[in-house]
Amino acid sequence: MLNYIKLIALGLITLLAMIGANYARDLAYQVNALTVALVAAGMFLWTLRNTGETVAYRDVSGEYMDGVVRAGVIATALWGVVGFLVGVTIAFQLAFPVLNFEWAQGYLNFGKLRPLHTSAVIFAFGGNALIATSFYVVQRTSAARLWGGNLAWFVFWGFQLVIVLAATGYILGATQSKEYAEPEWYVDWWLTIVWVAYLAVFMGTIIKRKEPHIYVANWFYLSFIITVAMLHLVNNLSIPVSIFGSKSVQVFSGVQDAMTQWWYGHNAVGFFLTAGFLGMMYYFVPKQAERPVFSYKLSIIHFWALIFIYIWAGPHHLHYTALPDWASTLGMVFSIVLWMPSWGGMINGLMTLSGAWDKLRTDPIIRMMVISVGFYGMSTFEGPMMSIRAVNSLSHYTDWTIGHVHSGALGWNGMITFGALYFLVPKLWNRERIYSLSLVSWHFWLATIGIILYAASMWVTGIMEGLMWREVDANGFLVNSFADTVAAKFPMYVVRGLGGVLFLLGAVIMCYNLYMTVKRSPAVEAKNHMVPAE
Amino acid sequence: MDTYSLLRQIADSWVLIAMFAFFVGVILFVLRPGSTKTYRDVADIPFRHEDKPAHTGGRPEEA
Repeated sequence: MLNYIKLIALGLITLLAMIGANYARDLAYQVNALTVALVAAGMFLWTLRNTGETVAYRDVSGEYMDGVVRAGVIATALWGVVGFLVGVTIAFQLAFPVLNFEWAQGYLNFGKLRPLHTSAVIFAFGGNALIATSFYVVQRTSAARLWGGNLAWFVFWGFQLVIVLAATGYILGATQSKEYAEPEWYVDWWLTIVWVAYLAVFMGTIIKRKEPHIYVANWFYLSFIITVAMLHLVNNLSIPVSIFGSKSVQVFSGVQDAMTQWWYGHNAVGFFLTAGFLGMMYYFVPKQAERPVFSYKLSIIHFWALIFIYIWAGPHHLHYTALPDWASTLGMVFSIVLWMPSWGGMINGLMTLSGAWDKLRTDPIIRMMVISVGFYGMSTFEGPMMSIRAVNSLSHYTDWTIGHVHSGALGWNGMITFGALYFLVPKLWNRERIYSLSLVSWHFWLATIGIILYAASMWVTGIMEGLMWREVDANGFLVNSFADTVAAKFPMYVVRGLGGVLFLLGAVIMCYNLYMTVKRSPAVEAKNHMVPAE
Repeated sequence: MDTYSLLRQIADSWVLIAMFAFFVGVILFVLRPGSTKTYRDVADIPFRHEDKPAHTGGRPEEA
């Protein structure tokens, strides 16, 4: 019976999407509508083929739902490589403008690829990592199978559709020009549906948990899911110009719009890239170190302090703008206060290894996690410093900001995700261990040196840029033109690009290593098995 | 009084106090006597149910 309802719904969606493609006002909308039509038609056929077949029911309540986590792990690794590749491409486009090919003008130039890169690494790589690990962690720490059956699969595939629609939309020109919130209205609506399903699966699993206590990692994951839902809804309040076109108009305007955007933007960092990934830290670091978190009390205080403070930090993106002074001072003060919970969390993660520091010598996976927590500490020191108005007057609009973001994103988010992937793949595919530890070491060093090249070159070039912009001669005239700074930055741009290449290379090695783990690594032998007589 | 000023006044006084009190309350609650034993126990949660859920048997699901 359910299949018939599905068939009707999928048929209707296919039809509506094709009508949409027919009346489309712009190319991006047309391609997106055709994508939706294709997906819905494919699912229609698939459902049709399975309708009326006898379904074998099996009691799965005694096992965890790991298929969706496996899919999430694969998606994370692949989207990661794609995102890093686009990043390396645009880094070299900045260094060598000739790489903005004439024949691809308007499609593959820096301006089009840059949001593709940021969304690919944050939402496709980071988002898949968060969804996959949250599904893994919430089951293990609740001692319960995921709630909602195949709803978890809907979340996974629905999120991939968001990524594909957003990415093709960007290239073809559909954007609402809000940083990290570029997707247009219909992608926003679809993401809202997927996100509500995600919340339902996660909450449902927590509600039916068998452990009386909700483990701290789940608190972080849950705050990430709820806050991102709130941010997404408020920042994407827009009215479509036509239901057959991708263009929409923001409800807020002027400084209110800017403030809403950076309230969203900074909390995307705070709750997507920090709270969610801290959930990963609080599960995978103890697991890999084989000892409980250093201080559970500190972890609770860390959680509430982070939640209460992060939400106010956004205005530091709008120093020296039309935003009232009191608001930007508020943002600055809260950013500085934020230093304390951040470092509390870092200490908690690092000290989890106390008594097990020797593992750093033998286990490159824990080394990866430790350096990730180290980068978390470093970028949460740098961030508050840069939010101070006087420092910001030097750093803002320069590449220092880009360096800061990447020491956080590559160092903290990237490394903790890699660590989690190395932990998860042997577990999920029932393998004894990772295929090659020395390849993990290679990945570790390539990625670390890559990040250092990246961050160091951006510090140098950012501060140089800031100083050149503010340099005035004896008569009060500006000494340098903008093009002078661009010329002076060239060597650092090349170094940055090379750092990106190393980081990308490390990720490719990781993919190979994970693939070989599934293919070649010996399977875990079943306990109590009988030895065959030969 | 217009809505903005009214909401602003409430936010600046009672809501601020309520949030601050909640925050301080959480810290005091975490540091309550006897909590060390509880938290030492719950910190072990990740090491308990690695391979399968706590409870087996129940409604069959579509495999």
